[in-house]
Amino acid sequence: MSRIKVELHENQVIALKDICKSFENNPHELINVLHKTQEMFGYLPAEIQEIIAIEMNVSVAKVYGVVTFYSFFTMVPRGEHPISICMGTACYVRGADNVLDEFKKELKVEVGETTSDGKFSLNCLRCVGACGLAPVVLVGDKTYGRVSPEGVKEILAEYLS
Amino acid sequence: MELINLTIDNKAVKVENGTTILKAASKVGIKIPTLCYLGLDDLGVENKPGGCRICVVEVEGRRNLAPACATNCAEGMIVKSNSMRVLNARKTVLELILSDHPSDCLVCAKNGNCDLQSMAQDMGVREIHYQGEQSHYKEDFSPSIIREMDKCIMCRRCETMCNDFQTVGALSGVHRGFQAVVAPAFEQDLVKSPCTFCGQCVAVCPTGALTEVDHTNQVIRALANPRKKVIVQTAPAVRAALGESFGEEPGTLVTGKMVTALRQLGFDYVFDTDFAADLTIMEEGTELLDRLTRHLNGEENVALPILTSCCPAWVNFFEHYFPEMRDIPSTARSPQQMFGSIAKTYFADMIETKREDLVVVSIMPCLAKKYECQRDEFSVDGNPDVDYSISTRELAALIKQANIDFDSLEDSDFDQPMGESSGAGVIFGTTGGVIEAASRTAYELFTKKKHERISFEELRGFDGIRQATLDFDGLPIKIGIAHGLGNARKLLESIQDGSCEFHAIEIMACPGGCIGGGGQPLHHGKSSILLARQKAIYAEDSAKPIRKSHENKYIQELYDKFLGKPMSEKAHHLLHTHYFDRSGSDIVIKKD
Repeated sequence: MSRIKVELHENQVIALKDICKSFENNPHELINVLHKTQEMFGYLPAEIQEIIAIEMNVSVAKVYGVVTFYSFFTMVPRGEHPISICMGTACYVRGADNVLDEFKKELKVEVGETTSDGKFSLNCLRCVGACGLAPVVLVGDKTYGRVSPEGVKEILAEYLS
Repeated sequence: MELINLTIDNKAVKVENGTTILKAASKVGIKIPTLCYLGLDDLGVENKPGGCRICVVEVEGRRNLAPACATNCAEGMIVKSNSMRVLNARKTVLELILSDHPSDCLVCAKNGNCDLQSMAQDMGVREIHYQGEQSHYKEDFSPSIIREMDKCIMCRRCETMCNDFQTVGALSGVHRGFQAVVAPAFEQDLVKSPCTFCGQCVAVCPTGALTEVDHTNQVIRALANPRKKVIVQTAPAVRAALGESFGEEPGTLVTGKMVTALRQLGFDYVFDTDFAADLTIMEEGTELLDRLTRHLNGEENVALPILTSCCPAWVNFFEHYFPEMRDIPSTARSPQQMFGSIAKTYFADMIETKREDLVVVSIMPCLAKKYECQRDEFSVDGNPDVDYSISTRELAALIKQANIDFDSLEDSDFDQPMGESSGAGVIFGTTGGVIEAASRTAYELFTKKKHERISFEELRGFDGIRQATLDFDGLPIKIGIAHGLGNARKLLESIQDGSCEFHAIEIMACPGGCIGGGGQPLHHGKSSILLARQKAIYAEDSAKPIRKSHENKYIQELYDKFLGKPMSEKAHHLLHTHYFDRSGSDIVIKKD
C-alpha cells in the first residue's frame, strides 16, 4: 500500500493522545483505540498509526498489521456514503458478484476505493445476518435487500440528489 | 510440581503439567516434525503459533488432529504421532504449503540448508497434488538482508526474534488469508524500518525468504584482479563455527585451517580482527579509565556508565531507540572498522600500496557488519575502510567453490603485523568477552598491579542480563552485561529510571554474542550449538600465550610507530566515531 502523506494538526494529535490515554495506553486495547480513532478521523492514515504506536508502546509494524487484518479499518478516507456489499454465501449464490460489478461500473472505482468526488466508497463484507434478504447491500446504516444489478442505479440516485 | 502420565506411540511418558506433546515426545525419542515451531530454551525464545500444522498428532477421543507444539499433555492422553491419518494429513498440509512456494530450489540461496526442503525430503513428497495461485511480492534489498517474500511460509519465527527477543519491531504479520505476509510497517523496505540488521530473522528463517546479501562474487573479482592487494580479517566467532559448515561438531575450533583456506583462496595477507579487538581495548579501556578517573575526581556530567560500541546492530538500535543516550557509548569504532582504518593507512604505507589499490575483506559472524562498513563516516573520499564484509556462511561457500577440501587442510598461522592477538581479543566473540577483555587491561592500567588470575569468570555466562562487581584494588567497579537487544533495552531502561547504576556495560545484539550472529552457520533452533561455540572461544583464549591486549607487542609497536598513545589525536581521527539520532519520523504536525 502506498503511503499517503497527511499533515496532522496539533489539536488532532492531542485528541489522538487522549483516545490512547482513555484506554490507559494499554497495548492490549489497540483494537479499541483504532476503532475510536477511525470513528473520529474517518480513516487511519500512516501518520496516525505512527502516533498511536508511540503512545501505545507497540511497533508501527504491529499497528499496521492490525489495521490491515480487520476489514473494518481503512487507510483510505471513506466516502460520504460508504457502500458495503455482502459477499457471504447466501448473497454470493444469489448473485452478489453481479451486483458488485454493477456498482464498480457505475462508480468507476474498485473495491476499497472512494470516488473522486468523495461521495461513495465501495467495500465488501461477509454476512450481515440478513440472508433471507440476499443479496444485501448496505449504504451507510441503511440496508437494501434482494438487490439486482438493475436496481443499483436506483439506489445510487437516492444519494445523488 | 504435578506430574502427568500419558502414552505417545505406545510409549509411557511422565511429564510436568503444562508440557506440550512435542516436548513430551522428544523425551522418549520421538521427533515429531515441526516447521513453524522454534524453541531456543537457553534463551527463553519460543515461537509456537501452531500455524503450519506439520506437527499434528492424533489424540484418542479428540475429533480433530492436535498441533503437538501448542497442545499441552493431559492425564491419560493416548497420542499417536505416526498413524496413517496423521501421515496423510501432514503430507497434505506440506503439499498445500508447497503449492504456494516457488520451486526454484536448485538456485535458491538456502538450497541444502532449508527446513522446508528437508521436510519435503523427509516426508517423501514426490508430487504436489494442488495447484493454485501463488503469492508474489516485490523483493526488498537492504545493505545486509534480502527479503524475498514469495518464499515466506508465515511461520512467523522472524517476527518472534524481531519483536519478542530483540524488541526492534521492524516486522509484523500484515493482511489476512492468502494475502498475509510478514513485512515492515506500510510494507515499506527494511531500510525505512527500525531494522538494526542484526540478522536474527535470517538466522531462524526456515526457507529462503530471508537471506543475507551475498558479496562473495565481489570478493572473487577482487582476488582475480592483479592490480589489487587483497587482505582479509577474520572475526573471533568465525573460527568457532566455520567447521560446522564442513561437518565438524559444533564447538570445533578451526582457526589454523581457516587461515590456510584463506591463503589458498588467494588473499595476499591473512590477518585477524582479534588484533583490532586488542586495539579496541586500548582505546575503549583508556576511555573508560578517563571517564572513571574524572568521575572519581568529582567532575560532574561525566558520561557513565560507558557502553561498548563494537556491535553494529546495537549501535543501530540505540541510534534509533535511545538517541538521547548517544553520548554514553564509547566512541571507539568496532574492531572491524579499526582494522580497516589501520589497514588502509599504517599497513598500506608499510607495503607501499595506495589506498585505492588495497582491498580489505572481513569475515564476520554478522550481517549488520555489511551495513556498518557501508556507513559514510567509515570511508575516505568514497573509498571505504572495509570494502566487503562477508559472513561465515559466505566464507564456507567460497571455500567450497574454490575446490578446497577443508577437512584435509593443515593448520597455519596468521600473517603479521595485524594477525597477532591476545586471548582478550579472542573472547570478543562471546557475551561477556568484550568487558572481560577491557577489564583485564583496565585493571592493570588503573591499579598499576598485575592481575594474577588473568580472567574474570564472574563476567561469563549465558543469562540474558548479568551483573558483577569487580574489585579494582579496593574500588568496586560495577559491570552490566546484556545480550539480545530486548535485554539491552531492559538494562538501558533501568539506567534511565535510576534503578541500576553501573560504571560499564557490555551489549551484544545477538543471542550469546557474536557466536550466535546472523551470519553464522544456522543453528536450526539448537541453543546447545551456541553454548558449544562459546566454550570453544574460551578454550582458544586459555591457549594463547598472551592474554591481555596491552601486552600484544604488535599493538605496542603500532602505538610507538604510528598512533602515539591511546586517544591521541591520530587515534581519535582513525579509531573513533560519532553517533546519529535516527529516531526521526517524517510526520508533519501543523501548529494551530
